[in-house]
Amino acid sequence: MAAHRCSYSALLLIICSLSMFIVADSQETTLTGDNHATELDNPQTATETAGQMAEQPAVEERRLWEATEVEEATPDDADTDKQDTSTPETAVPSSVPQPKDDFQEELVIRPLHSGDIYASFQFRTLWETDFMRGNKVSHYRLFPKSLGQVISKFSVRELHISFTQGYWRTMQWGQPFLPSPPGAELWVWFQDSVTDVDGTWKELTNVLSGIFCASLNFIDSTNTVQPSASFKPLGIGNVTDHSFLRYATLPREIVCTENLTPWKKLLPCGSKAGLAVLLKSEKLFHSSFHSQAVHIRPVCQDWQCKTTSWELRQTLNVVFDLHTPGQGKREWSLFKMFSRTLTEACPLASSSKIYIDITDNPQGEQFEVSPATPLLSQAMVLGDRRTFSVYDLTQQITFGTVRSLNLLIRWKSSEGDMLRPLLHGERYVAGYGLQTGEIHTLMYNNHPYRSFPVLLLDSVPWYLRLYIHTLTVASKGKDNKPSYIHYQPSKDRVRPHLLEMLVQLPPNSVTEVTVQFERALLKWTEYTPDPNHGFYVGSSVISSLVPSIVAMDTNSTREQPLFSSFFPCKEESSYFVRVYTEPLLVNLPTPDFSMPYNVICLTCTVVAVGYGSLYNLLTRSFQIDEPSPGLAKRIANIIRKMRGVPPL
Amino acid sequence: MATSEVERRRGQLAALSIAAVVIMVGVPLWWRTTETYRAWLPVSQINELANMQLQLSADVEVVFARGTVTPEQQKKVPLTQTQDEEHTVDENTALRYRYEIRYRTATIMEEDALDQPTAAEADLSLHTLSESPCGSLVVYVIPESSSLLPEDMDVYIGQRRTALLRIGAQMRVGRTVEQLLAHLEPRIKQVLQVMSFSHTDITAALSDRVRLSPGNKESIADSMRAFKSSPGYEITFSLLNPDPKSHRLHWDIEGAVQTYIQPLLTKLAPVANFSLDSQTLYYAMLGVNPRFDSSSSAYTLNSDSLAHVINPVEARLGSNAASSNPVLNFLLYVPDAHHSPLYIHDNKKQEVPSNAFHSPRWGGIMVYNVNGFYRPEAVLPVDININMAKVMGVFLAQLRLLLGVQSSTAPPGFLMAPCGSTGLADWELDRLMWSRSVENVATATTTITSLAQLLDQIGNIVINDNIAEQVSSAVTSLQLAVAELEAGNLGFALQYSKEAIMASERAFFDPSLLHLLYFPDDQKFAIYIPLFLPMCVPILLSLLKIVSEARQKRREKQAKKD
Repeated sequence: MAAHRCSYSALLLIICSLSMFIVADSQETTLTGDNHATELDNPQTATETAGQMAEQPAVEERRLWEATEVEEATPDDADTDKQDTSTPETAVPSSVPQPKDDFQEELVIRPLHSGDIYASFQFRTLWETDFMRGNKVSHYRLFPKSLGQVISKFSVRELHISFTQGYWRTMQWGQPFLPSPPGAELWVWFQDSVTDVDGTWKELTNVLSGIFCASLNFIDSTNTVQPSASFKPLGIGNVTDHSFLRYATLPREIVCTENLTPWKKLLPCGSKAGLAVLLKSEKLFHSSFHSQAVHIRPVCQDWQCKTTSWELRQTLNVVFDLHTPGQGKREWSLFKMFSRTLTEACPLASSSKIYIDITDNPQGEQFEVSPATPLLSQAMVLGDRRTFSVYDLTQQITFGTVRSLNLLIRWKSSEGDMLRPLLHGERYVAGYGLQTGEIHTLMYNNHPYRSFPVLLLDSVPWYLRLYIHTLTVASKGKDNKPSYIHYQPSKDRVRPHLLEMLVQLPPNSVTEVTVQFERALLKWTEYTPDPNHGFYVGSSVISSLVPSIVAMDTNSTREQPLFSSFFPCKEESSYFVRVYTEPLLVNLPTPDFSMPYNVICLTCTVVAVGYGSLYNLLTRSFQIDEPSPGLAKRIANIIRKMRGVPPL
Repeated sequence: MATSEVERRRGQLAALSIAAVVIMVGVPLWWRTTETYRAWLPVSQINELANMQLQLSADVEVVFARGTVTPEQQKKVPLTQTQDEEHTVDENTALRYRYEIRYRTATIMEEDALDQPTAAEADLSLHTLSESPCGSLVVYVIPESSSLLPEDMDVYIGQRRTALLRIGAQMRVGRTVEQLLAHLEPRIKQVLQVMSFSHTDITAALSDRVRLSPGNKESIADSMRAFKSSPGYEITFSLLNPDPKSHRLHWDIEGAVQTYIQPLLTKLAPVANFSLDSQTLYYAMLGVNPRFDSSSSAYTLNSDSLAHVINPVEARLGSNAASSNPVLNFLLYVPDAHHSPLYIHDNKKQEVPSNAFHSPRWGGIMVYNVNGFYRPEAVLPVDININMAKVMGVFLAQLRLLLGVQSSTAPPGFLMAPCGSTGLADWELDRLMWSRSVENVATATTTITSLAQLLDQIGNIVINDNIAEQVSSAVTSLQLAVAELEAGNLGFALQYSKEAIMASERAFFDPSLLHLLYFPDDQKFAIYIPLFLPMCVPILLSLLKIVSEARQKRREKQAKKD
């Protein structure tokens, strides 16, 4: 084992020196490039631009382009006198301004123990700018303009939005790098300069719904909550006034290609180059789990946090099914997963890497990765030290002689068991009938000897009326009193229930939270188009600082892979995890929707019958009719008439 | 017999009173409870607006410099003169232009100013002497011998609201004042048409209201080019880099906007609000493949393929998330290494010198070739700094066109001052304001009248109080705008017309108008019939019976009389 360690550290040393060399090399090349530039030609600047370019040394003056009179292309436009167009062309500058933004892309592939493959894309754009200082003109380079405008118009401090299709199976797959609940989730921290937070939130959801082609416009006050503890800002800034926070989920939202296309458009390279060429919708949506997200937050640029910058992270997580494309062979490749191979990195990216998690496969006994790479890297992810093979796409050598990279993973054996995730949750509805029910939330602490606290957040729609006095929290058969409860009762048609609890989970235990509810009757226009399908209740959110096995890195600004640097780490002994439970599907008492018309007809008929008889009674005249004489009497009368005697 | 008659009588009365209750209580009750709320609208005023008589008044001051009129003539020159011109555009719209011309002789200071060596200097010093208000003009009549203008030029149009007019050679001293004025009048009118408004501009501005007969193609193209009047515009500059692998582009858009665009926009601030953005789009391709022209060893884009260029780019440009104002797009396209140099050819297969074109009511595209920087020894990607002066020159010209600042061709003998650092002369702004106010008035009246028509036709639409309020405020602002135009206060007229257009649009697009719009009549009847049919049939039948009995009784009476 010790020998192993030794060889490991030696390898690391080699990697380090190699990367140093690469960096030095690239610096050299840029330098030579600059030399070229100065040699090539130098601008002679006219009066207009002289001020801006004064710092450029004029080594050799050469006119490249003659002054041009500007004329309109359309022939019907006569000469438009232009001022000062006589500036000669500036050519290659001797000093290129350092761009204030930076783009990185990354793909992590983790073979899961179930045989599935988890692929996680992360694209990060960092921009050293200030949206808040009130300068109206905004000039975008790598950062997408549409999102930048949203941030500055709505004074957003942090924005997190995710669209997920399918449910992440924590027990089979372990923890994801970035958790997300099924459907759409949106949470936003506003700047404290916002006065009408609800109005801004409403407008923001509508604009985002346009940007992402999603039904986020269905977010209104009935599904928006203000969590008091569960969602803290992930970026810098220690705002704790949760009146500037809004959180909403739409568990019913279906995610499909129309959401992916606008998401891809936000990338600087689009889907034309780099890792994003793999994002073909017909393959991505043919998977067990698909989740795409956008996270915007202000982050520190350096360790002392002297300068801040805005970070846009676009992540896409997908789990490919074991049996779908393999035809019985347990074999994976980029081409099989995405029906594309990689040929280049995005030229705008400062780093472009593929990581393959080989922690469980140190000797190659479980699976085999080809082409092999000498680069290895270690990272602390979710409280664990993982080893990754690294493919650096900015290096031409990665693509080999065929100029394309098609990673192949071939399974050798299906054994091996996964470390059970330390924290996971489940939820279900119990009870019978359409009047009452009970929500059960189970939280598992699989740590053998440590207990840790978790924050549970439940947002339940108003039409399930929670009986909060029936709330019980029990672990190992004993009552477990939460140390903090924040409950906001619902208001019919105005706001949902919000229940937040801080519960201590004993080691190796299951904690069960139950609460009973009553189903409300909706107005007939409030039912969804398919009411018999049931009504969704969003996932519970369990947030926790889970004790870590290894020491975590608390320096968030140090260079580390993107997937391990999302949640800031405050202390070395624990790491932050957020777990989402299943959404619930609850049946509500559903009327027959032709009923209103039936009721109208029935009442009208009853009214008409009653009214008709009353009317007849009032208007008809009643008189006693003489009963008609019998036959004998009539005959007798006829005879009497003939005789001239008066009738009877 | 008598009792039964009484009984019948009572039945009839009962039927009649029930009918009366139904008609007097039931029907109004039903009417009130199912009524849609419709607030009061100023219909008569709206109808008045439908027939519009617009009057535009412009103040002109004609100043005679020394040596143009003799003292005797000077006494005879009238102080003011008003000229009216009437045009009927269509049956509902009439235009009247009123020029109020005031004559005076130049003051000593003005004389000094006119003694400057060049026209531009004279213009500047005249401007510093007095600033004429928005919408008015000052025409200085200078003697024929004046050296301010070159030999073949008669009129100099300055950067502000002044013009210099050289008196004709035949107008030597000794002519009568009438002759002098008659000589000056057509020239002054020409100056006015260039510097304030011309009939073609105004009719083009009325295009929302009046369906113009398709005149010549060029005027239609002219009128279609500029953006419609709007309270605000979003200007977006996009740098399209289809090939980031071969060139890394740097553009100092921030500085260029400050230097070139911002002064113009500051000047245009009374017309509309502007917001500026810029972005860089990578891997953005044009919609057509340029053709290789072996004779010039360059790629060319034909004028007929330009229409297809924009579509694929447009999807990437993105709309403005933050506002709903129209967007002016300016694209700077740097062709990829394999398709450069790229030149745009016009109808006559000639290279366009600026290598740029614009699309009406959309924006402009400029192609910027950088192939000169690909050297065999160059390391890709090449760093290239874009010459913003050249780019902004083109974009500024396109921006002026798209905003409707017409650079009308000067009549022969006219000399125009080059526009200064702001890129816009004062009189150009006036011209724009004239046509924008007329356009706003036209648009707002059509919006309001069609809204009134719509509300009149569809009875189901609920008219809330806030809509009624918007409509009334639009109507008042319109009336004010028309009155201010009549009085010649251009600035106020534009202000009121903008308010009118905003209020009318808000009323027209209010979502509350749609709430009950699609409530079909057949469903209403389906709900009413089960109630109304059984109730009304007996009432109707008994009423019919009463009527027929009454008629029979009368007939019997008649028979008895006979």
